[in-house]
Amino acid sequence: MSTESPSTAAPLRTAGLTSDKPTRPRGAHPVLTLVAQRVALGLLLLFAVSVLIFAGTQILPGDVAQAILGQSATAQSLANLREELGLNDPAIVRYFRWLGGVLTGDLGTALSSGQNIASSLLPRLWNTLFLAFWAAIVSIPLAVLLGLIAVRYRNGAVDKAISGLALASTSLPEFFIGYLLVFFFAVKWQWFPAISTVYEGMPFLDRMQAIALPATALTLVVLAHMMRMTRAAILNVMQSAYIETAELKGLSAFDIIRKHAFPNAVAPIINVVMLNLAFLVVGVVVVEVIFVYPGMGQYLVDHVSKRDVPVVQAVGLIFAAVYIGLNILADVAGILTNPRLRHPR
Amino acid sequence: MADILARPAVEPKQQGPLLDIRNLRIEARVYPPGENPRNIVIVDDVSLKLERGRVLGLIGESGAGKSTIGLSSMGYGRGGVRITGGEILLNGRDIRKGGAQGLRKLRGREVCYVAQSAAAAFNPAHRLMDQVVEAALLHGTGSRTEAEKRAVALFKKLSLPDPENIGRRFPHQVSGGQLQRVMTAMALCSEPDLIVFDEPTTALDVTTQIDVLAAIKDAIRDTGVAALYITHDLAVVAQVSDEIMVLRHGKLVEWGGTRQIIKEPRQEYTSALVSVHEIEHQEKKPGTTPFLSVKNVTAAYGGGTVKVLKNVTVDIFPGQTLAVVGESGSGKSTLARAITGLLPPMEGSITFSGRKLANRLADRTKEDLRQLQMIYQMADVAMNPRQTVGTIIGRPLEFYFDMRGKERDRRVAELLEKIEMGQGFIDRYPAELSGGQKQRVCIARSLAAKPSLIICDEVTSALDPLVANGILKLLLDLQQEEDVAYLFITHDLATVKSIADSIAVMYRGEVVRYGPKSQVLTPPFDDYTDLLLSSVPEMEIGWLEKAIKGRRMESAGN
Repeated sequence: MSTESPSTAAPLRTAGLTSDKPTRPRGAHPVLTLVAQRVALGLLLLFAVSVLIFAGTQILPGDVAQAILGQSATAQSLANLREELGLNDPAIVRYFRWLGGVLTGDLGTALSSGQNIASSLLPRLWNTLFLAFWAAIVSIPLAVLLGLIAVRYRNGAVDKAISGLALASTSLPEFFIGYLLVFFFAVKWQWFPAISTVYEGMPFLDRMQAIALPATALTLVVLAHMMRMTRAAILNVMQSAYIETAELKGLSAFDIIRKHAFPNAVAPIINVVMLNLAFLVVGVVVVEVIFVYPGMGQYLVDHVSKRDVPVVQAVGLIFAAVYIGLNILADVAGILTNPRLRHPR
Repeated sequence: MADILARPAVEPKQQGPLLDIRNLRIEARVYPPGENPRNIVIVDDVSLKLERGRVLGLIGESGAGKSTIGLSSMGYGRGGVRITGGEILLNGRDIRKGGAQGLRKLRGREVCYVAQSAAAAFNPAHRLMDQVVEAALLHGTGSRTEAEKRAVALFKKLSLPDPENIGRRFPHQVSGGQLQRVMTAMALCSEPDLIVFDEPTTALDVTTQIDVLAAIKDAIRDTGVAALYITHDLAVVAQVSDEIMVLRHGKLVEWGGTRQIIKEPRQEYTSALVSVHEIEHQEKKPGTTPFLSVKNVTAAYGGGTVKVLKNVTVDIFPGQTLAVVGESGSGKSTLARAITGLLPPMEGSITFSGRKLANRLADRTKEDLRQLQMIYQMADVAMNPRQTVGTIIGRPLEFYFDMRGKERDRRVAELLEKIEMGQGFIDRYPAELSGGQKQRVCIARSLAAKPSLIICDEVTSALDPLVANGILKLLLDLQQEEDVAYLFITHDLATVKSIADSIAVMYRGEVVRYGPKSQVLTPPFDDYTDLLLSSVPEMEIGWLEKAIKGRRMESAGN
């Protein structure tokens, strides 16, 4: 057969046979549409969450004016304050007033201190993100690498040791890990401070030393979950026929995992990584309290105990936004790593 | 182009056979349900020799050990398979003594592999070119530029469209037939001495298979590579092999030149394989009134956007078989879905015993459902793995006839007799049955409803030829006894000849030829039917070249 073989010629069309192939709608790349859909869905979800948060705080018993002025307040001063705060307006009006404020960066005023919530919350959000960032920088690559190693030596001693240690660190409650770290590194050997005080203008290295223990505690908490999921996702892919193809090309075991298995397991791994990132931001309450770290968690706990509803609302909304935002990121990453979506036929 | 693919005239390597397997023994550990794990012998005392540039066909039914032997030449065992005895000499040295390092060096360099399903064997995350040149780069047979140049030359050789650019595509962007050729190019790219082809055309449509087969044959000839060609289809292997080795249950049955094996088989088993498709079936004349008529049916997926059936009209007569043939995507199975109500037609109607059938499954009466039964290609996924054969066959008896207890058990036993299996199977689970037995149980289940029509969707496609033949004979006998009609969907024309009374040829959602079997299979043919008929491999040396020459129409999927 020469290169001029019939198979390179245009297919002959027989009379009576129509060929109306389904045509792809022109315009935006399908990935853009998918991503736009996810983002829109996320915004809608965030809006729904804001309604829930607002409704939830309305159902709670108690009166804000009463809470501010205390038991000894007169009826007149209560009425005046209610008028001033707009508490007599219908809930819908108050909701949109609150939402409008949130969208313009005004989170309201804390009842307990009378301070602007946004300005006292911002540095704490920054502190929380700083801690989460460093915990993530350590834990994510470590978890993925350990996952790869566990797959490479699956069911062997190395795999079992990694899994065992990781599971042990997950099973221990984070406060227990925190106190263990404090006992050894702060009390016994005195390498790191037991209390993670940070302040504005603190030199970077001092700051890093201050967060060493809480960051380690967080790393240990999230590591195992990510490692186990990485291992499971890759093992799942290892059953595929193309892994056999790679093996029969003579690739080494680690190259097979790295080049052929990992790229196809990225989407589920990203998903679990994002879930854990969200935990690093919104789930740090206990760790922050243990190390007296001035982050969002501390701030939230303080104000819950003071029944400071506007602060709880604001923190709740920020936590929800982080959670939803990271999940959108995971979805988008999942779409972008899928060659079928990235390069349609 | 010829220069880059040709091999040096004088092989620098030593003389003697390229591959010399002596007394090979391969075992595997199996975990039968409810029993202790044990070792079974998959390949027992098999020896073979393959000279440079020659093609040896390994043939046998599933479980014969052909793939296992093929992979052993790369020192590879799937799952729990282990090579436990014998010598595998490749280029004069025993690869079993080279260790893991030695095996990695020969895989992808001296021996390459072409898998049955290229669609699954390519990594969906990487572009084709990166995968094609990977082994060549790994083993250092050339620079990236050189390897890519060779790959493009191979793409041309294998008649792939747009050979310069096809490498930039991802696997999901090319068709199955093209992928199979790209995989062949991938195997040839690192200039191996031997390629193991493991059923490379089995998953393709006949019309696509013929082109891929021709491309593979040309590539083997022009590059001078040796090959082990594994298949269960003797007609296919007859086109490409110099020699054929027949295997059964892991043992050698017969080994000889291609002409000798197909013309003068010495062993009884080989003759059975050679003559396998010859069931004589006398066509019944169509009756006067069909009991099921499909009239001008148009059906679509995606809310009317993708039309998969266009104006289809066919009749089915009591106690007769209508075979529906065509390549994948031609709408055969969709026709079955429309008749059973799973996909309500957009236009047209289906009449059954003189009245119109409701379009939607949910609107049909229990009696209508009973009259139309189905059997599927994959018998093992069509049964609940946690139910016994007795429960599976008994279920329609309870559901349609309200039979219970002894009465039901008696009927189940009767049905088991009908499918030639006997009562010993009543307590077995599907996992304990062979492929053919599973399909028989599915047949019994559909018969239990006493239907007037059974829709058979590729029911023999997943079975070995001899087993498939048994199923076809059984279906024909049952038709005699029960006077049941079949709508027999298949892509295999040999099967059609053995079972059909009338035939509908489908192409891109339309019936392009329809009538009694004798008429449909008598020339003059329309172009598509001609292509379909001429693409069925015949057990005759030189058939491939003749068929390629005589074609009037190009097959799709290329």
